Amino acid sequence: MQQLKEDNLKKQLRIEKIGFTVLTILAIATVLPIIAVVIYIVYLGAPAISWDFIFSMPRDGMKSGGIWPAIVGTFYLTIGTAIFSVPLGIAAAIYLSEYAPNNKLTQTIRLAIINLAGIPSVVYGLFGLGLFVVFLNFGTSILSASLTLAIMTLPVIISTTEEAIRAVPQSFRVVSISLGATKWQTIRRVVLPQAIPGILTGVVLGLERAAGETAPILFTGAAFFLPRLPNSPLDATMALPYHLFVISTQVPGMPIQIQYGTVLVLLVFVLLMNIIVTIIRSRARAKRQW
Amino acid sequence: MDKIVIENFSLTYSDGVESLFNINLNIPANQITALIGPSGGGKSTLLRAFNRLNDLVDVQRISGVIRIDGINIFRKDIDVIELRRKVGIVFSRPLPLPLSIYQNVSYGLEMMGEKRKSVLDDVVEKTLRLSDLWDDVKERLQDSAYSISGGQQQRLCLARTLALQPEIILLDEPTSALDPVSTAKIENTLEELKQDYTIVIAPHNTQQAGRIADQVAFFLQGKLIEFSSSDEIFTRPKDIRTQDYISGKFG
Repeated sequence: MQQLKEDNLKKQLRIEKIGFTVLTILAIATVLPIIAVVIYIVYLGAPAISWDFIFSMPRDGMKSGGIWPAIVGTFYLTIGTAIFSVPLGIAAAIYLSEYAPNNKLTQTIRLAIINLAGIPSVVYGLFGLGLFVVFLNFGTSILSASLTLAIMTLPVIISTTEEAIRAVPQSFRVVSISLGATKWQTIRRVVLPQAIPGILTGVVLGLERAAGETAPILFTGAAFFLPRLPNSPLDATMALPYHLFVISTQVPGMPIQIQYGTVLVLLVFVLLMNIIVTIIRSRARAKRQW
Repeated sequence: MDKIVIENFSLTYSDGVESLFNINLNIPANQITALIGPSGGGKSTLLRAFNRLNDLVDVQRISGVIRIDGINIFRKDIDVIELRRKVGIVFSRPLPLPLSIYQNVSYGLEMMGEKRKSVLDDVVEKTLRLSDLWDDVKERLQDSAYSISGGQQQRLCLARTLALQPEIILLDEPTSALDPVSTAKIENTLEELKQDYTIVIAPHNTQQAGRIADQVAFFLQGKLIEFSSSDEIFTRPKDIRTQDYISGKFG
C-alpha cells in the first residue's frame, strides 16, 4: 500500500517535470524567431546607419543618400492618424462602456467593431481611395492617408479602451455618485484617470500598426519618391514601410544595407513608442493601490 | 419629528434576489435608528433607497412612497443629485476614491462647483476633526487615501460624507471590516453626530445596535417584523422571531 502511494507520487512528479520542460521549450520557441529576426536586421542594417543616412535626402535613384523624407513622412502619418483616431476612439469607448444601453443595437455595434479589426488593410486602402482621395477630393495626401489609417486603427483603440474602462471597479462609480457627482463627473474625475494606462496601451498598439502599414497608404498618400519634405497636409509623402517596399522590389541593384537600414529605423521607431508607453504604464500601475 | 416616512414601500430587483415587501416605518430626526436582521433581509436595499442609489442597479419595480421632510423622493421632478448630497452614505468596506486624502474629503464639494481653496481647506479640517482623523493625517493630506489603515480609511469615508453637510447619514455595516478600537471610534463619533444629523445604520451585529441605537427595526426576508425603541426590542420584544434573533437562536 505504502509502496503504491510512493510510486504514484513519483509518477506524478515525473509528469509534472515533463510538463514544465515542454512548456519552457515552447515558450523559448516562440521568442527565438523574434530574437533571430532582430539580430539579423541589426546585423545587416547597422552598418548603414549614420547621421547622413537618417538626416539626408535619397540620392542616385535612392541607391545612396538617406531616408529622412520617409522618416518625417511616417512621423506625420502617425501624428495625423492619432489626431483623428484617438479622440474619436476614446469617445466611442466611453459611450459603449458607460452610456450605451445593453440592447441589440449596442451588441451589433460591438460586433461590427470586432469585425472591423479583422478586415485586411488593403481593403481600407481601397476604401480610403474611394472616399477621401476621390469623393472628398483630398487627393493623394497626408490627410487622406491619415484618415484611412485612422479608420483602420479605430477598432483597436475602441476595444482596448472599453476594456480598460470596464476594468475600473464599479464601487468607485457608486461612491462617486453617492457623493452627488454626476455621471460625467464620475467618468472624468475617477474612471478615466484610472483607465489611462490601459487606454495608452490600446492607442500605441493601434498607432504602431498604422506606422508600419503599407497597403492603406499605397493608394491614399504615399509617394514613390519626393525630392523634398511635404509642407502641407494636402501633400503626398514618403513613408518608411512604403519606401521599404519600393527599394526592395522596384529598384534593381539596391544595396542591401540600405534596405535593412530602413527596416532597422522602422523597428526602432515602433520600439521607441513601445518603450515610452511601457514606462508611462508602469509608473501609473505603481501608483495604483486597488 | 419624523425625518423619513416610509409608506407601503415595496421594491423588487430584476433578478428577484433581495426584495422589500410593504414596509411602513417612521424614522425620527436626530436619533440613531438601527436596521437589524439576518443578511439578505433587505436592510441594505432600504438604505440605498433613501438616496436612490438603487437607480444604478436593475430594479424591476418600486411601489409605495418614501418621504424625506415630507417630499416623496420618487417623484419625477426630484433632483437626485441634490438628494444624494442631503442623504450621505458610508459603505461596509472602506472605499476611498483613488485620490489623495484631501481630495477624498473635498470631492463632493468640488463636484458641487466649490472652487475656493479656503472653503475647501476649512471643510476638510472640520470634517476630519469630526471623524477623529485629523491628528492622524494632518501632516500627509496629499498622500494617497490608500496609504492609511483600514480603520482610518473608514473614518475618511465618514468625513467625506460629512463634508457635504448632509441631513441624513446612512451607514451600511460600516464597521464590519474594522478592529474593535476603530469600531469604538466610529461609534463614539456617531453618538456625537446625532445631535445634528439623522442617522440610519445597518449595524454589523446586534450588539452594536444595542450599544448605539435609539430605535431598532428588525427585518426578516424583506419584511419589517418589529420596530420600537432600543430598550423595548432588547428587553421586551413582542414578536417571537425578534426574540429568537436577538437571543441568537438564528442569524
